[in-house]
Amino acid sequence: MLLHTPPTSLGLRPDLAAIATHVEFGSRVLDIGCGDGALMDALQTQMGCDARGMELDGALVERCVARGLSVVQGDANADLANYPDKAFDYAILSQTLQTATRPDRMLDELLRVGQRAFVSFPNFAHWRTRAALMFGGRMPVTRALPVSWYETQNIHHVTIEDFRDLAKAKGAGIERAWFFANEKQIGAPAANWRAEFAVFELSR
Amino acid sequence: MNAAPSLSLVYRIPHLLPLDSGQALGDVEIAYETYGTLAPDASNAVLVCHALTGDQYLASLHPITGKPGWWERMVGPGKPIDTGRHFVICANVIGSCMGSTGPASIAPDGQPYAMRFPVITIRDMVRGLVALLDGLGIARLHTVVGGSMGGMQALSLAANWPDRAARVLVIAATARHSAQNIAFHEVGRQAIMADPAWAGGDYYAAPAKPDNGLAVARMAAHITYLSEAGLTEKFGRRLQAREAKGFNFDAEFQVESYLRYQGSGFVQRFDANSYLYITRAMDYFDLAEEFGAGAQGGKLADAFAGTQARFCIVSFDTDWLYPTAESRHIVHALNAAGAKVSFVELSAPHGHDSFLLDHDQLDRVVKGFVE
Repeated sequence: MLLHTPPTSLGLRPDLAAIATHVEFGSRVLDIGCGDGALMDALQTQMGCDARGMELDGALVERCVARGLSVVQGDANADLANYPDKAFDYAILSQTLQTATRPDRMLDELLRVGQRAFVSFPNFAHWRTRAALMFGGRMPVTRALPVSWYETQNIHHVTIEDFRDLAKAKGAGIERAWFFANEKQIGAPAANWRAEFAVFELSR
Repeated sequence: MNAAPSLSLVYRIPHLLPLDSGQALGDVEIAYETYGTLAPDASNAVLVCHALTGDQYLASLHPITGKPGWWERMVGPGKPIDTGRHFVICANVIGSCMGSTGPASIAPDGQPYAMRFPVITIRDMVRGLVALLDGLGIARLHTVVGGSMGGMQALSLAANWPDRAARVLVIAATARHSAQNIAFHEVGRQAIMADPAWAGGDYYAAPAKPDNGLAVARMAAHITYLSEAGLTEKFGRRLQAREAKGFNFDAEFQVESYLRYQGSGFVQRFDANSYLYITRAMDYFDLAEEFGAGAQGGKLADAFAGTQARFCIVSFDTDWLYPTAESRHIVHALNAAGAKVSFVELSAPHGHDSFLLDHDQLDRVVKGFVE
């Protein structure tokens, strides 16, 4: 949905590549906010997955249909409710949580329709963001968050520690996590300072 | 073009056609057109289902109006439904009047059926189409596609004959007729029946046909195919061939003139009794009901349980006849059934009829899905 970083190897953004390489082969996957279907395509062709998508932007849905993917135009805030419980092995929400009307409810829905969930988001506690706010005194406009406060779709900024708290409050277990800076994966230590993006794998 | 109008191929169904009413029709004929070449393994067949007043002249000259086929912009060599790759079939539905068996056809007693023709359903129309596919040796369609009533047929085929189509493309359609849909159709039927020339449906040998009633029915229906904004843009309050209001009841406004033209053109090519039967079939359509125990009991998802087909559902944002909510209803049912489904709402100014008009995005969706 929101493309913050250029494609890397496999033609996927690093957060998507982390997801694509860690789903189980042949699993059933729902990609929420699937964009032009790059992740779905990789999941189907390289991981043998049965992938379905949801995307708000009709022009992107059209591109997905044209590449043979099954994608429904819809709003994740409302339309996830129409999927049955545990219909998928994985529900994937990439770069979309911070745009949700109620991220907490969306997390509930992810773990209702999926056995597991992958969630990726930009980390608002990255040092560059902190510095921009502390020294600039204005809402940060950074490489990871390139849009001004008044027109950004990111209405619920979140940090890695915030996300861990939310997962705990929701009774969701954190299976694995990956952190990224400068389009490369970095280690877990001090990730809340160092990571521009995070990917979490959750279960309940 | 100097070519004489093509006469359609006709397939005679070699068995009784059972109907939802409990009756059966014998000696049923299906008039159809084909485009392209059927592959030796019959794997490239695309069935296009036509709308209420459509016919089999999908991409060939209409023998009565002399106009190009109704979806010529979509079907042909190199077009989104590419006849260079696919064998495309379009058949006139039963109940209609362009060569397939309908109320104007001759019954076994030598007289036209007229109102003795049994009331049919969308599923009965599809039974006729499936019989044609049997006759053509096509076990499984590459794609079944339809807009409006054609979309209802595509849904009915997918639900009732789930092994007969690998892909199902449904454009500007609905899985059930709403009270408003039925109400508009009833206006049309009553206009026909109120015409003295209708004569209880027995007008085939009479000098006059119920053209006035049928024209009014078409005018009322035509409004539902367009958007308010589309009508405003096209006609506004402009007057027709006059400078000022004439204080009379001529077609003073352009929109009146347009509707009268639509009505008078329509009666040249359509049978009033067919209009009654086909609108009735559409009003009876409620796919969920067909798969429920009680009269109101069914869940639409049950209609698609276990389907292996891929679906693509398309709606238009200005279509108030079968609005996007109806398409979403279908999508939710398909999701609940675990079906592979795509859905997109396209933006177009022209309401329900947008599926017949120039729309690049629709072309790309159709091309992408059918390939």
